[in-house]
Amino acid sequence: MQLYLPIADLPVNVFLVLAMGAAVGFVSGMFGIGGGFLMTPLLIFIGITPAVAVASVASHIAASSFSGALSYWRRRAMDPALAGVLLCGGVTGTALGVWTFTQLRALGQLDLMIALSYVVLLTTVGSLMFSEGLRALMRTRRGAVPPRRTHNWIHGLPLKMRFKRSKIYLSVIPVVIVGIVIGFIGAVMGIGGGFILVPIMIYLLRVPTSTVIGTSMVLTLVTMLFATMLHAVTNHLVDAVLALILMVGGVTGAQFGARAGQKIRGEQLRLLLGLLILSVGVRFAVELVIRPEDLFTIRELGVSG
Amino acid sequence: MIRALLAALLLLLLASAARAERLIVSVSNHRVTVTPNYSGEELVLFGSVEKDATTPADRRTYDLVVTVMGPRADMVTRRKERTFGIWINTDYRQFLQVPSYLALFANRPFDLITSPEIARRQQIGLNNVLLTQRVSGDYADVVPNDPFRSAFIRLRTQHGLYREDASAVTFLTPTLFRTGIPLPAEVPIGTYEIEIKLFADGALITKTETAFEIVKVGFEQFVATAARQHGLIYGLVTAAMALMTGWMASIVFRKD
Repeated sequence: MQLYLPIADLPVNVFLVLAMGAAVGFVSGMFGIGGGFLMTPLLIFIGITPAVAVASVASHIAASSFSGALSYWRRRAMDPALAGVLLCGGVTGTALGVWTFTQLRALGQLDLMIALSYVVLLTTVGSLMFSEGLRALMRTRRGAVPPRRTHNWIHGLPLKMRFKRSKIYLSVIPVVIVGIVIGFIGAVMGIGGGFILVPIMIYLLRVPTSTVIGTSMVLTLVTMLFATMLHAVTNHLVDAVLALILMVGGVTGAQFGARAGQKIRGEQLRLLLGLLILSVGVRFAVELVIRPEDLFTIRELGVSG
Repeated sequence: MIRALLAALLLLLLASAARAERLIVSVSNHRVTVTPNYSGEELVLFGSVEKDATTPADRRTYDLVVTVMGPRADMVTRRKERTFGIWINTDYRQFLQVPSYLALFANRPFDLITSPEIARRQQIGLNNVLLTQRVSGDYADVVPNDPFRSAFIRLRTQHGLYREDASAVTFLTPTLFRTGIPLPAEVPIGTYEIEIKLFADGALITKTETAFEIVKVGFEQFVATAARQHGLIYGLVTAAMALMTGWMASIVFRKD
């Protein structure tokens, strides 16, 4: 069934988009991430312009992280205080990101920047995650105990605050900075940032795994809602019809993904996720290096008269 | 409305009274509606050449050139170049107030209809249509083989938005003619102007104009207008929709 997307200005097959939403939802439920880093590239590959894809995926991630955050809230598996401090940075970062997005779009370099940031971010995070998963897998094979966690320089920073639910005593400076960074790249790249945020919170901030996913989902939810609003107001690029189809597919797929995820061991899960992220990054890199089919592109600056 | 039409018709009659030939044309549909499942359409333009007493008796064959122009818009054409191993947009040209849809139809090749000089002056053929560019502060059209201009026309042609067909106009009788106007799925909305020029022996004898309108209707149009004009409300509704979907999913799939 063909459906015309009003903002993307493109007819698409409803079932294809629904299936894409479900597939990404499955993966996101399995790994406990938003899945934006898969959704945005998929939309770009089916012909939706990167700008519309980034703006519309924001609302899709908001929906899936809201359903996730609700269930973590019910299990009290999140830290409201930590989420609040992260959000201070997150909202600032998102506003900066949307502003940068608008500037780049005017310069005609938005598509390039989106592709470049995908390459850099995904290949880095992907290979880190992959090698870490591989090491963890080897360790369990050998039966060795994981190295004991020690405090690092981050824990020596001033302005310390006690986060009761997570049982940590931490400076707010790194927390706000992490929020800004995640908010910024989320708005520019159309990703929730969960796949970067969760490792940062675990390894750098030493947040216990019991509250980390719930807390990161709250940050994702609020920054993505905020990004949706800003993209809608400044760039008019949010395609609500596209977003709705993605959401319905996404939240359904996520439920099945979550069940599948419980059957796989943590290290294997990290290995798989690392591989997945790495392959998306490589796909973007290839796109940039090979000669495009057409060197020229046209963009309309708005019809008048 | 009717009075205005009558006045226009009268004016047309008076104006053409002095000339030897008169063109009477009409399109099959003056208002095309684009619905959600719209996948392109073809309009038909038909008309006839009316002769009068002053028409030279030996004039039997006519040539016709039809120009269809969609709403005008500013467009930017960018060129990618290899820099540091990757392909990025480097140079660009801005095209000012160029037609978003452009079709040129005739009954035989343009160069057989008239001289290159008249073709250039009357903007006959895609190479002769005026496409104003902004070149470093200057406003001008450039030579037809300019890389940006030809890339622009090539890309628009690939999307079916620019076209040139020297056999699209058919004469059913020596004075009765018709031509199809294909409109692709991604046709821009707005007012389309049609200009019909009549040639005989290489000279322009008369011309006439008509127009039609393309409007989008239905839910999609409502969404598109809302997004552009009421960004804040649209954003709030989209955000609320996201929350509702997430909340409903957490209820439907609740495990406990």
